[in-house]
Amino acid sequence: MTRKRRRLYLVLGGLGTLAVVSGLVLSAMSDNLVFFYSPSDLRAKDVPEGRLVRIGGLVENGSVTHADDGRTIDFRVTDGKEDVPVTYTGPLPDLFREGQGVVVEGALERDGNFQASEVLAKHDEKYMPPEVVDALKRAGRWQEGAKTAGGPQ
Amino acid sequence: MIVELGHFALVLALVISLAQASLPLWGAAKHQLGMMELGRGAAIASFVLVALAFAALINAYVTSDFSVVNVVQNSHTDKPLLYKITGVWGNHEGSMVLWVFILTLFGAAVAWFGGNLPPELRARVLAVQGMIGSGFLLFILFTSNPFLREIPAPANGQGLNPVLQDPGLAFHPPFLYLGYVGFSVAFSFAVAALIEGRVDAAWARWVRPWTLAAWCALTIGIAMGSWWAYYTLGWGGWWFWDPVENASLMPWLAGTALIHSSIVVEKRDTLKSWTVLLAIITFSLSLVGTFLVRSGVLTSVHAFAVDPLRGTFILLLILVAVGGSLTLYAVRAPTLKGGGLFAPVSREGALVLNNLLLSCAAATVFLGTLYPLFLDAVGGPKVSVGYPFFNRTFAPLMVPLLVAVAVGPLLAWKRGDLLGALQRLWAAFAAAIVVALVGLYVTHGGPVLAVFGFALAAWVAGGALTEWAERVRLFRAGPSESARRAIRLPRAAYGMTVAHLGLAVAVAGFAGSAFEQERIQEMRPGDVVSMAGYNLQFRGVEEVQGANFSADQGDFVLSRGPETIAVLHPERRFFPLQQQTTAKTAIHTNFFADYYLAIGDPDGKGAWAVRAYWKPLVPWIWIGAVIMAAGGMMSLSDRRWRVGAAQPARARPLAAPAE
Repeated sequence: MTRKRRRLYLVLGGLGTLAVVSGLVLSAMSDNLVFFYSPSDLRAKDVPEGRLVRIGGLVENGSVTHADDGRTIDFRVTDGKEDVPVTYTGPLPDLFREGQGVVVEGALERDGNFQASEVLAKHDEKYMPPEVVDALKRAGRWQEGAKTAGGPQ
Repeated sequence: MIVELGHFALVLALVISLAQASLPLWGAAKHQLGMMELGRGAAIASFVLVALAFAALINAYVTSDFSVVNVVQNSHTDKPLLYKITGVWGNHEGSMVLWVFILTLFGAAVAWFGGNLPPELRARVLAVQGMIGSGFLLFILFTSNPFLREIPAPANGQGLNPVLQDPGLAFHPPFLYLGYVGFSVAFSFAVAALIEGRVDAAWARWVRPWTLAAWCALTIGIAMGSWWAYYTLGWGGWWFWDPVENASLMPWLAGTALIHSSIVVEKRDTLKSWTVLLAIITFSLSLVGTFLVRSGVLTSVHAFAVDPLRGTFILLLILVAVGGSLTLYAVRAPTLKGGGLFAPVSREGALVLNNLLLSCAAATVFLGTLYPLFLDAVGGPKVSVGYPFFNRTFAPLMVPLLVAVAVGPLLAWKRGDLLGALQRLWAAFAAAIVVALVGLYVTHGGPVLAVFGFALAAWVAGGALTEWAERVRLFRAGPSESARRAIRLPRAAYGMTVAHLGLAVAVAGFAGSAFEQERIQEMRPGDVVSMAGYNLQFRGVEEVQGANFSADQGDFVLSRGPETIAVLHPERRFFPLQQQTTAKTAIHTNFFADYYLAIGDPDGKGAWAVRAYWKPLVPWIWIGAVIMAAGGMMSLSDRRWRVGAAQPARARPLAAPAE
């Protein structure tokens, strides 16, 4: 085995692995990229049913209702202009409250209801997810340092 | 006064670090021993100074000195002492001081223990350490100074985020930083070697223990973080592919590749330029991790700083460090002479495969973590990349790696006999088949992939034990001969066996978590839930008072048949200061499975939301990580790191023949 042969093997092996990895990454990327929408976007952009997306905004005051099974909850996510009804079954993060920022992952159903597969945990209630801040800003409902909206520290 | 002394010590440390970064380098170029030796003194002095600053900051927290802004924002008189101390690194400024403290600790350790290094190499290594230290001290003093005063002082502080008030998390950052920052030594050695244009077996022998120590600490640090997420977040997940977790996984993957490739440099004097590149990449990924976590570009509990200046500053540091070292690499790497030749099927070949797969895995994690940030930065849509992406890219890379882990150590250096190695692995193969068949039978209709995971774990464990049995000639030589060989075997060999066994245990834990069961429902006092052969009876809720919180404490009895196994007390804690509620889960473990319990909100009519999970083999994830780190430490205690590397011939005859 000469030095050149060895280098050739190494390069071929490396390129082969790289090709496989790129293929994996590209195919996984195209299927599993999750886009973020504000409630207004979701209404405006005609997001297809069943497509996994994230929405973010505030949990509308007075919108939270618990179903009798103790696991299912309905609420509305709003950016001040539009709101989206959400249904979620499962454990809620500790900081889930009315009036607080929230990010929800899931898909739209035919009737316009948003079926959530995950409500994302935010660890600190002073903290507002930047996506939500952005969504509220675009809806013109964000005031810098406003107490109701919390504001990033 | 003490605070001002701390501040002053930090400024002085910067001045000394700047000297450490420049003078020894100049001395090494001009062959002036005095200049070079300055590096050692400077390294130790800057360590002492940063330690003083760190101690001053801890003192401010312990005495609740609310004239210091940093203390006001992150501490409170009611907080237990442990969390007053750990609160020092529970915020941006303090954690950066800890970062630099550990950096200078490593620098001082190189100066102290590096007596057998050639003076030029030592001077250059310390100079590079000094450069990194200067960069981060500048960062602290200009953008994140923890010693700023607030006059008049408020009566009390704002407290620490309650989810951080936890013993598991208290020591997670120091271990993580020991890992992150420990890789800086490998980086400094790599840059120093590039300046000198020389990488040889002795170089690898000096670098390896530092890398190994950092890797052990990072393994423990990541495991602690994952364990914390598991038992505090209240639904028992242990890995979320969250960008913050990925930030620590990337340097771990690259570091794992590095400890394997540096074996090749040490034993066979080849793969040199790749190993140098890997050392640079590993520390660069640590810096990227620091940037991701500390700059506030990510939404997480770790994102303390949203001051854009800080993110820009760290980004600039990364550009200088990565750009500078890679430029140096591009200029100097071609001068590094390749060493021994080897066939594709050989120990070297197997280690190359290991490196290829691990670095590709690190690259996929890098892409998945940074792509959303990149898209956002160029004004694209907001996206996120979740676990499906990582499951589909990361897992397919890990499977061949796990298959190869068992085979590689049985191949000879230079030219291996693949067929012979596979024949010797018959027992491991049989174990994997048996596990797969039993698994399929027991779980019939269960997740096939998880059963495959168990088989892989058995294969890896079988491979590690086979390799050990081969070395001691178990069942082939007499028992006394085998025992003699087992005693003579170097600790590094045992380290590898133990680390690979730990990997097998962790893989079994990952696979086992696919079989978890859950019951999420409302319960009233007296209700019983049955799951996985256990009965859980809810007896009621009691209000209890903690140091700085009040809690609703559930009272549950866990039984199996007539026998009571445990009384569990999950809590919902309310921290009035932050107006925040956290879950305190209760876990009963028998080390083969966890019974995991959390309580949620009351419905106001006497019922409580209860979440109960049965999680088979999940504890093995962390047990496996601890075993892996123990293997690393065992390898670290090998006597060959302590004997003078300048006379390696003297150590050789003592090592076992299989070495």
